[in-house]
Amino acid sequence: MKTSFVLGALAVAGLAAGAAYAGTLDDVKARGTLNCGVSTGLVGFAAPNASGEWEGFDVGMCRAVAAAVLGDANAVEFVPTTGKTRFTALASGEVDMLARNTTWTFSRDVDLKFEFTGVNYYDGQGFMVPSDLGVSSAKELDGATVCIQTGTTTELNLADFFRSNNMSYEPVPIETNAEAQQQYLAGACDVYTTDASGLAATRATFENPDAHVVLPEIISKEPLGPLVRHGDNNWGDIVRWTLNALITAEELGVTSANMAEMASGTNNPEINRLMGTEGTLGEMLGLDATWAQRVLAVGGNYGEMFEANIGESTPIGLARGLNAQWKNGGLLYSPPFR
Amino acid sequence: MASRSHPDAGSFRLSMLINDTRYRRVTFQIIALLLLCLAVGYLISNLLTNLSAAGLNISYDFLAEPAGYDINQRPIEYTSQSTHLRASIVGVLNTLIVAILACVTATVFGVIAGILRLSKNWLVSKIMAVYVEVFRNVPVLIWIIIIFTIMTASMPAPKAFRGANAESSMLFDMFAFTNRGVYIPAPQFANPLFENGLLNWVLVIAFLLLSFLGARALGKRASAEQASTGQRPTTWHLTLSIWVAPIGALMVIMGLYFDYPALKGFNFRGGLQIRGSLIALWIALAIYTGAFIAENVRAGILAVSRGQTEAAAALGLRPNRVMNLVILPQALRVIIPPMISHYLNITKNSSLAIAVGYMDVTGTLGGITLNQTGRAIETILLLMLFYLTISLSISAIMNVYNNSIKLKER
Amino acid sequence: MGDVSFVRTQTLPEMPPPVAEQGIVKWLRENLFSSVASAILTIIALWAVYKFTAFALPWIASGVWNTESLAACRNVLDGARGACFSVLTERWNQLLFGISYPAEHYWRPTVAFVLLFFAAAPVLFFDLPRKFLIFTGVYPFIAYWLIWGGTILSPAIALAGIIMGYFVYAKFIKSSFAVAFLGGMAVAFIIWILSGYIVPAIAPENPFFEAVPSRNMGGFMLNMILGTVCVSLSLPLGIVLALGRQSNMPVIKIICVFFIEFIRGVPLITLLFVANVVLAYFFPPDSNIDLILRVIIMITLFSAAYIAEVIRGGLAALPVGQYEAADSLGLDYAQAMRLIILPQALKISIPGIVNVSVGLFKDTTLVSVISMFDLVGAIRGPILAATEWNGVYWELFMFASILFFLVCYSISQYSQWLERRLATDHR
Repeated sequence: MKTSFVLGALAVAGLAAGAAYAGTLDDVKARGTLNCGVSTGLVGFAAPNASGEWEGFDVGMCRAVAAAVLGDANAVEFVPTTGKTRFTALASGEVDMLARNTTWTFSRDVDLKFEFTGVNYYDGQGFMVPSDLGVSSAKELDGATVCIQTGTTTELNLADFFRSNNMSYEPVPIETNAEAQQQYLAGACDVYTTDASGLAATRATFENPDAHVVLPEIISKEPLGPLVRHGDNNWGDIVRWTLNALITAEELGVTSANMAEMASGTNNPEINRLMGTEGTLGEMLGLDATWAQRVLAVGGNYGEMFEANIGESTPIGLARGLNAQWKNGGLLYSPPFR
Repeated sequence: MASRSHPDAGSFRLSMLINDTRYRRVTFQIIALLLLCLAVGYLISNLLTNLSAAGLNISYDFLAEPAGYDINQRPIEYTSQSTHLRASIVGVLNTLIVAILACVTATVFGVIAGILRLSKNWLVSKIMAVYVEVFRNVPVLIWIIIIFTIMTASMPAPKAFRGANAESSMLFDMFAFTNRGVYIPAPQFANPLFENGLLNWVLVIAFLLLSFLGARALGKRASAEQASTGQRPTTWHLTLSIWVAPIGALMVIMGLYFDYPALKGFNFRGGLQIRGSLIALWIALAIYTGAFIAENVRAGILAVSRGQTEAAAALGLRPNRVMNLVILPQALRVIIPPMISHYLNITKNSSLAIAVGYMDVTGTLGGITLNQTGRAIETILLLMLFYLTISLSISAIMNVYNNSIKLKER
Repeated sequence: MGDVSFVRTQTLPEMPPPVAEQGIVKWLRENLFSSVASAILTIIALWAVYKFTAFALPWIASGVWNTESLAACRNVLDGARGACFSVLTERWNQLLFGISYPAEHYWRPTVAFVLLFFAAAPVLFFDLPRKFLIFTGVYPFIAYWLIWGGTILSPAIALAGIIMGYFVYAKFIKSSFAVAFLGGMAVAFIIWILSGYIVPAIAPENPFFEAVPSRNMGGFMLNMILGTVCVSLSLPLGIVLALGRQSNMPVIKIICVFFIEFIRGVPLITLLFVANVVLAYFFPPDSNIDLILRVIIMITLFSAAYIAEVIRGGLAALPVGQYEAADSLGLDYAQAMRLIILPQALKISIPGIVNVSVGLFKDTTLVSVISMFDLVGAIRGPILAATEWNGVYWELFMFASILFFLVCYSISQYSQWLERRLATDHR
């Protein structure tokens, strides 16, 4: 049950005995919910809808892990985090995992002691300009005023890009996406820059999306992925292989529609191992045999999640691009389930 | 009972630590100190445990590393290759800029609104009452956002100035009001005396200061002469030349000219840009705090007893001289102390810059630097130290001033 | 000699006063056009008022109240200027209760809010019977149970701890304040700690009110919770700090001065950053204190420092004679403070405390900066980010301003009423 206010006060008074440190998996199971850090609102990736339900691509990742570990895709506490608060939230144990458009970089992995468990979206920083500005390349942006949504690696990439091209610019850093849009739409800045996926999501919400173009240049590599704390390898494995299960399922053609059929046994041993009808992969993770079935039951495989939240049929309208399976010329390549 | 209240030095009992008022003081203080040490030690041991569990450490090395991001408003030279420390200093200066601007403007607004609220004009005093109540009772964060939105939504974008039949035009070809900020002509020096631009301005300020001191000395001499002879010598032409001549000569020597803003490319270039975020923060803080100051001013004026006004009127002073010579000097003693805390509040509230993207110290050190380096504990500690230093120095300065105008009672 | 009369012998009929000296004209002359400067001011003011009304009124009057999205609203307006108040009708529950408070339980915080008036009344108006204070004492536990839900045992045992503690305190208060106070605290803590082990074991599986996690608190409700909780908690802390600062024991005085000046020297936002990104490191590993509690801790410390300064002013304003009288009666420090000094000092400080509370209540909007969805946070975050309502600003911020204005203005009116009342008491 929820620790009462009084107990909280006791802990403050320093009287609560610190329990011996258990693994994150045990914590999550004991608690019965997964605490998942998401962004404060980026349509398509993580945003609460009109009835307060969180939905989006990153949210789907959280639900998949909850389904694998707890057997209930709704046993997730979504913790909205800003660019500033996300790392402390994870490091201090407030969240068990972070699924919040976080770029995998050397210093975050090594210096901040986090473990990126894979890439669920290959992104890159792009520029959006109003069509009537008459700009067709980012190289023509010398002297422009650029709205930046702060809180990711955006500021650094932007500084590098303009410096290496010997151009000047005026940065306008804005905390939230909604306010950055307001500035951009009012013409207080000429350009809006953030991850290309974010640009597409933002453009989709405009009254007149056709009046804005995303420039062809992608100025950075932004591999976005879920991350966990360093040191708890078992938990890291669970998050990593939940993501891999989603990717592999698409590669093997396992969808939410044909899952029941696949789970009853197929000729493909890898599908069987994924579905838990062959081998003991689930037990090795510390879960049961059918964990991956539950993961896929939440929102289908990677491709289905993509299409449902950010794909071309949604207002966001992102093409698969780099995020297609390796067989289709993309970068998604899950290690084998064996 | 005498033996109880005056025990011999030798007959010390342990219970006296609690019961004897002389020892109890010491006992309590030692207990308090012990508790404090325990609490602090407990927190620090938790911190160390948590940090070592997460494999982190406390280190300020990041301050010397290149920041990697750009800042739009740079009072001192700064590029993305400068260090995080320099980025923080830029932020500090930006905080001070907006705080000083807002303090001055809030005082002006507050004094005007406070006096007008006591005006005999019913409509004006009611409007001022509405201003005070509306602004005092809505959070300053909302005001900052609203004024920023007004700035963005109601001002024309620079592209509205473009073309032969532009929708907007510059005022006197010198000022441009856009939703990116206001562009005004910037004074420049053709042949500056120093390489460093800042030193030239220090020189200008030094000249102005000297003129001020000179004018004050002249004024004092005139007053002394008035006191001894009853005739005040005419000094206005001397005062004027003391003010104008040195600074004028300096300007001629350094070759002052104005750099006018002009629309080039995407933006206005040249001139001095006062950014929209600065204006929003500045105006919001000034109007919000001005409403509080207005109340103080009103209370201060009302605190001067009516007899003073009547006495002054009986001496034949005109109404504006009654205000300047009799009421305000007395009211100031009531007005100044709360004013100090309002100035402190402005400085502290300027940290809300983060809501409009003004790059103050909360935006650089406590924002992007924290974000990029992930050094939360270190940056927030530095941030608090900065604000603490500013607050304590403002209080110290204002207290000195406060003491100097205090009624000298004997 | 009687036929020449220089003095009129009968009264003339009363004449009406000159037109300029009566009725509305007189009022206008005296209040609006008493001098040239005043007349100019009046004309400028009238012009400003007209401009503002002409700008705002049509916008409000032609507002649209019942569309599903901004695009639909703009369709209805069909190019005309007008407000899209439909964002308020569609999202009012999120604005008031936060984005994730379960909709079927909205009545619970509403009841808690209504009860708040009954709980606050005996504190705010001295004339009410003192018995009503009992409800004020019980209210926090009822409100906690209503808003957070879950088993009634937690708030009940918390209350039981306090009642038992009070009994112990009342029993020993005759002999010594220190013993009574520490004893009471000890008993309360023992009950709480024991219940920490017992309650989870015996709590029913499905409590009467479904439990709502703190993270789901939001909207204006969160502002109200933070405001009331933090002000109430900071009062006792503020009293202790104020007494400590006035103490003649240097160590205690230094600790209190240091604490108060430190808190007053830094902006609330840095303290909220501490609550958000630093404080978690200072708690025992695995203690899992949620964000709302950490924020409550920091805001309480913040307002305690300000309230301490107000109370210190009250203590300093008491005539020295009161202190001397207490000493001469042979009262010890605790008795003197409890029976003589604090009741008077607190009474003088009430207007100041109310002002601090209003300021604090407004400052609770700052939690939006640390990704909590209070009223402002819900507007800046999920509502403005939603596809349907992207681009609606004025309506939302106007709504937020009006809510805050209503609450803060009524509290400050109360404070002024109280000030007048207290002022007559002292005459």
